[in-house]
Amino acid sequence: MSETGQHFTLLQRLLHWLMAASIVAMLFIGVGMLSTVMPKYIPLLSTHKTLGIAILVLALVRLAVRFIFGAPALPADLPTPMKLAAHLSHYALYALMIGMPLIGWAMMSAGDYPVVLYGDIRLPPILPQSDSLHTLLWNAHFYLAFAFFALVMLHLAAALFHALIRRDGVFEAMSGGRNPQSPAE
Amino acid sequence: MPEPQSSQPRALGRLALIAGIIVAGSGAFAYTAGWFSPDRLTPTRLVNALAPPDGPVLGHRRNHAKGICFTGIFEANGNGSALSRAQAFSAGQYPVVGRFNLGTPNPDAADATVRVRGMGLQISTPDGAVWRAAMIDLPFFPVSTPTAFYHLLEASKSKDPDAMKTFIAANPEFSAFTDWAKSAPWTASYAEDPYNSLNAFVFTDGAGANHAVRWSLRPQAKVTPITDAELAKLGPNHLEDEIAARVAKEPQRWTMVLTVADPTDPTSDPSRMWPAGRRTVEAGTLVVQNIEAEADGPCRDVNFDPTILPDGIKVSDDPFPAARSAAYARSYDLRTAEAKYYPRTVEGDQP
Repeated sequence: MSETGQHFTLLQRLLHWLMAASIVAMLFIGVGMLSTVMPKYIPLLSTHKTLGIAILVLALVRLAVRFIFGAPALPADLPTPMKLAAHLSHYALYALMIGMPLIGWAMMSAGDYPVVLYGDIRLPPILPQSDSLHTLLWNAHFYLAFAFFALVMLHLAAALFHALIRRDGVFEAMSGGRNPQSPAE
Repeated sequence: MPEPQSSQPRALGRLALIAGIIVAGSGAFAYTAGWFSPDRLTPTRLVNALAPPDGPVLGHRRNHAKGICFTGIFEANGNGSALSRAQAFSAGQYPVVGRFNLGTPNPDAADATVRVRGMGLQISTPDGAVWRAAMIDLPFFPVSTPTAFYHLLEASKSKDPDAMKTFIAANPEFSAFTDWAKSAPWTASYAEDPYNSLNAFVFTDGAGANHAVRWSLRPQAKVTPITDAELAKLGPNHLEDEIAARVAKEPQRWTMVLTVADPTDPTSDPSRMWPAGRRTVEAGTLVVQNIEAEADGPCRDVNFDPTILPDGIKVSDDPFPAARSAAYARSYDLRTAEAKYYPRTVEGDQP
C-alpha cells in the first residue's frame, strides 16, 4: 500500500459515505419488507435487489481503490487490541459488503426466482434450483444481516469514540475534517 | 500524544451520547423489523393463520396445498399486444409450467370438500422475461383487503360461535362468496373450470399507454355441471386422475381473455367485479400438454408469485398482489426448508 496523508482520498471518502447510506438503507429495507404485507412490499423488494447489486459493484470498486490508494495509518498510540479490532472489523465489513449481495443473488437463483432490477435489468441465475441450497442461503442471508447491522453499529460507535473521546484524527480521515491533533494553521 | 483536553465529566457525557446514538439506531432497526408492533400483519402471521387447527402440513404449500403439475405452451395470437408490450402477447408459442390445485391447506383433502380451485401458471418468453400468475375459478375475491382476508381466516377458526357473524357484519362483501359457494355448479374436471386473475394489473402497451386489466382463462372443454355429492362419489382424488387421463388423450385448452377496465371501474378491490360489457381481448390459448405428479414435477419448486411480471405488466393499486407475494415467499421459504417431509420419489425406485 502506498504512503498516505492524514485523509482517505476524496474518491474513497465519497465511496464510503455513499455506501454507508446505501448499506444502512439496505438493512432497514430488508427487515422492513419481511415484516409487511402492505403494497410497499413490492417497491421495497425491488429496491432491495437493485441496491444490493449496486453495493456489490461499489464494494468491488472500493476494494480496488483501497489497494491502489491504501489507508492512513492508525495512530501509533492506539492500543493493540483496538488496532486488532479495527482491522478485523474492516475485513468483516468488506466480506459482508461483497458476500451479502452474492448470497442474496444465489438464494434467489436457488429459489428459481427471476432476479429483475430497476429498469427491467435481468440477472442470470448463479445457482440451479435447490431446496437445500435455498434454505441454507436464506438462513445465511437472514442471520448475517443482523450480524452486519451489529457490525455497522460497532463501526459507528468506534468512529464516534475516535471523534469525540480520543479525538485522534481517525474520524477526520474519513470525514475530511481537520485532524484535531494536527497543529492549527 | 497529548491527552485529550476534555475533563472527566465531559468525557462521560460524550460516552453517554455515543451510547444514546447506538441505542436509538438499534431501536429504529427493531421498530422497522416489527419487534415493537405485535399487531402488525406480517407475512408470518398471515401464513400461520392459514394453518389448520392441528398445524400446517410440512413440506407443502401453506394454501392451495393439493395440486398436480402441468407443462404446455401459450399460443399468443398477437391481439394482446394492443394492451401490453410483454413478449408473451406477441404472436408465437411460449413454454409454460403450471399447477392445478385446490384451495385448501390440506394436500390430502378430498376433492368434493374443497370449493375453490386454482391454477398456477408461468409463461417464459425468449427475451428472458417470466410471467407468473396464481388464479382461481371464483370470478371475484371473497373480501376487499388483505387484512379482511386475515380476519376471515381467524374468524373461520375461532371457537367463538358468533365469530363468522361478526366478520360478515364487518365485511358485507363476503356474502357474495357464500352465495357463489352455495349456487355455483361444480365440475368433475380441472379442464372444465375457468381461472381468473381476480386482481387488476396495469398493462403498458408499445406506445407507453396504460390499461387496467383483469384476465381469465376460459375452458374450451365442454362444461358439464355436477353437484358436490356426485363429485364425492367419483372418489377423493378424481380431479388429478381425471386430468392426467384426459391430457394423456389430448391436450386441453383455455382461451386467455383480457378484460379492460373503464376509467370509473374499481381496480383496488378484487371483491368487486367490473360491469358486464367491458372491452375484452382474446390474447391466445393455453395448451396443457403433459401432467406430472407434484412430488417430482416441474411446478413443485416454483413460487407462483403474482408479482413476478414481465415488462409491460405491473401491479395496480389492488393491495392483494403485494400481500400474496409476501405470504407466498414465506410459504416457499418454509416448505423448501421442510422438503424432507415431502419426499421426492427416488429415481432408483423405478423398475
